[in-house]
Amino acid sequence: MKQFAALFDAVDSSTSTRAKTAALVAHFTIADARDASWAAWFLTGHRPRQAVPTKRMHTWAAEAAGIPLWLFEESYDAVGDLAETIALVLPDAVREDDTPLHVWIEERLLPLRELGEAEQKARLLQYWSSLRGSERFVFNKLITGAFRVGVSALLVTRAIAQRFDLDPKLVAHRLAGEWSPSVETWQRIVSGEALEIHAAHPYPFFLAHPLEGDPVKLGERADWLSEWKWDGIRAQLIRRGDTTALWSRGDEPIAGQFPEIMADAHKLPECVIDGEILAWKDRRVMPFAALQKRLGRKNPGKKVMADSPVIFLAFDLLEVAGEDWRPRPLDERRAKLADIIHAIPGASAFDTSPQVRAPNWETLAIARAQSRQLGTEGLMLKRRDSPYGVGRTRGDWWKWKVEPYTLDAVLVYAQKGSGKRASLYTDYTFALWKGDELVPFAKAYSGLTDEEIREVDAFIRKNTLERFGPVRTVKPELVFELGFEGMQRSKRHKSGIAVRFPRMLRIRTDKAIREANTLEDALRLAGL
Amino acid sequence: MVSDTNMLVTPTARGLYCAAGDFYVDPWRPVERAVITHAHGDHARPGSGAYLCAARGKPVLQTRLGEEAVIEGLPYGEPRDINGVRVSLHPAGHVLGSSQVRIERGGEVWVVSGDYKLDPDPTCEPFEPVRCDTFITESTFGLPIYRWCTPDEIFARVNAWWRTNAEAGRASVLFAYAFGKAQRILASVDASIGPIVVHGAVEALNRGYRECGVALPETRMVTDFEAKQDFAGALVVAAPSSQSSPWMKRFGDYSDAFASGWMAIRGARRRRAVDQGFVLSDHADWPSLLRAIEATGAGRILVTHGHTTPLVQWLNEHGLEAQSMKTEFEGEAGAEEAGA
Repeated sequence: MKQFAALFDAVDSSTSTRAKTAALVAHFTIADARDASWAAWFLTGHRPRQAVPTKRMHTWAAEAAGIPLWLFEESYDAVGDLAETIALVLPDAVREDDTPLHVWIEERLLPLRELGEAEQKARLLQYWSSLRGSERFVFNKLITGAFRVGVSALLVTRAIAQRFDLDPKLVAHRLAGEWSPSVETWQRIVSGEALEIHAAHPYPFFLAHPLEGDPVKLGERADWLSEWKWDGIRAQLIRRGDTTALWSRGDEPIAGQFPEIMADAHKLPECVIDGEILAWKDRRVMPFAALQKRLGRKNPGKKVMADSPVIFLAFDLLEVAGEDWRPRPLDERRAKLADIIHAIPGASAFDTSPQVRAPNWETLAIARAQSRQLGTEGLMLKRRDSPYGVGRTRGDWWKWKVEPYTLDAVLVYAQKGSGKRASLYTDYTFALWKGDELVPFAKAYSGLTDEEIREVDAFIRKNTLERFGPVRTVKPELVFELGFEGMQRSKRHKSGIAVRFPRMLRIRTDKAIREANTLEDALRLAGL
Repeated sequence: MVSDTNMLVTPTARGLYCAAGDFYVDPWRPVERAVITHAHGDHARPGSGAYLCAARGKPVLQTRLGEEAVIEGLPYGEPRDINGVRVSLHPAGHVLGSSQVRIERGGEVWVVSGDYKLDPDPTCEPFEPVRCDTFITESTFGLPIYRWCTPDEIFARVNAWWRTNAEAGRASVLFAYAFGKAQRILASVDASIGPIVVHGAVEALNRGYRECGVALPETRMVTDFEAKQDFAGALVVAAPSSQSSPWMKRFGDYSDAFASGWMAIRGARRRRAVDQGFVLSDHADWPSLLRAIEATGAGRILVTHGHTTPLVQWLNEHGLEAQSMKTEFEGEAGAEEAGA
């Protein structure tokens, strides 16, 4: 735990990628295989389930610290993070503990979940008393299942590749999907030999960068393939031997949620395809809300499947009959992909994502202007001769999204953020006018600079009207320009509309609240 | 809120007022007669007719308020009669010349703490517990999440950080409040590690400290240097406002750190965006606040700036009569929770 906490400290306190990578490489050099496998598992975003209910942690921490619960809650309110609050209020560790990470996890943390309350308490108090500062913080984060650290999976991949002198793509592939930490797993991850790829393992997804400005700077139009940018679930379908697997971009297996896709998948030959899962009816995409009804729902019922039928729109081909096709040019992959998909007899849950034909950049821009009517977010531009890359390498794939909808809305509620923003009010609710009433319609927490956040935070503290738990009602005074990607009617929302990807574009200090938009403006804007 | 007409000290629009003696303690608007606990900006404001402060604090206060300010220095512990009220000043351990103000009338004793800490500090006299009936205390760090390590431990960490950077040929830039914190750092670090460079705002205060006989190591200004590489291995002590200013460019490759009690909280550390946060405060932490309050023997505690509500509730639950008292003091610089 000491080594891992030290790594966390090093990564957490630094803003430099170079320093973070160095800390990771150093850690993978000193950690033994079993500890390293756990470290890599956590660092790539895996989390154990919450081991102890949060409420118990509040009570027991207050008790161990010798303070009343109300004072613990005041402290929590100032810190904004439970794991950290506990680490700060508890008395100093009474003994040194050099127990390695894997023992902490396998023999102490994971069994906690299954214990009765009394035994759970006894053990937790004992663990707390043997951990120091950041070790205690990290342990608490692992217990609550909320461990996050400021490194990307790509950075971890690079550090492992650097330490063991491996190709980063190979490491990325080995780290993708589901795996359990163990000595064997770690040896497989860092092995210099090209081991047989596990049948169900996905490839790392290749990601696009947003295109700023005019696509003319990309060069010849003819060198670029264009297709719609869909607003669904990016997914990878794997057919290898008897294995059929479906993965989301978050490396989550999602086969269970989409039985109709899995039912048709066996009609495909051995291959790996990349695409987007969408709710699809009458040859067009349904609003994201329809797809949302299918998410996180294993073995969906007949009604849900009939109301929100799904399709897998394929746009890339990564493997054919066991051969890695990623280095081949995109044009070749697309041609073969079309052959494979169109060879499926009859109607199926698969289709290819249509290309947007436009002879030059000007006509393509006209096509892009139709994005919203077609239910897409804009266009994807992909270099025709490009390989399928790893992560977010720049230059070959661009997303050229349509300009967002914008509305001026009034800040009415605020809540504290999490992580770096835990002690600041950063999560805001905005309202639009409905007659003389301000009706909340969107929540947003991104888009402001740190400086602006501090200013708004100070404004909120000075202008709080009421508090409901963590939420503050704020005097209506600040107007923000919000941007968002889409809007639907919704019965669940008081405003009657649900917006997609709301974010703050700027603070409109020049506007009085009466000048903010109305709900009718919003409906008109989205053509509802 | 406190509104008892029989109180020896009451909060007014201009500041904490002692009606019996007709003087203010740390007023935030100009008044005729001001008793000043220490020279930080939120406690010592210009424009008043006459100032009384600890003799040890006079040179710095004069620098801060200007040549024309009428300031009288009173040695610690020496009583002074102001309109029949007996006033004396006692070390608060906060910064050089910082005082608690003891006010006595007809056998009743009140103490206004100003800002204070109990931890040792080579640049100022240690906090002196003063017995009283009513204690007006600050509460900047009035929550049990604030518990400081000993200065020895903290400065061992500062020295280790400086040494590591020096060995790597980097400068070490430490941001600290220019008055008090900066001098405490200068007097506490291991000056044998390398040269020490200070920002002009810090050096201005160093002069006052040296005049008062506080031993500080040799410090240099950036103007004493020529090329960038000269700063390798140096410790640079600068005011927080220097962070991300063009003044920083000259240091080339450097590691930066921030010294403040707020650095105890991860969110504050991360927002500060420095390589290191040293939890070093000139204010009392939670255990010190409780210890100081107990040592006064006071039955009534009035709590000013900081986390007043929890401290008041805690004291009430522990058998003391405590209330919060609204002031315009700000506590430790860099407080992002200010106004909460």
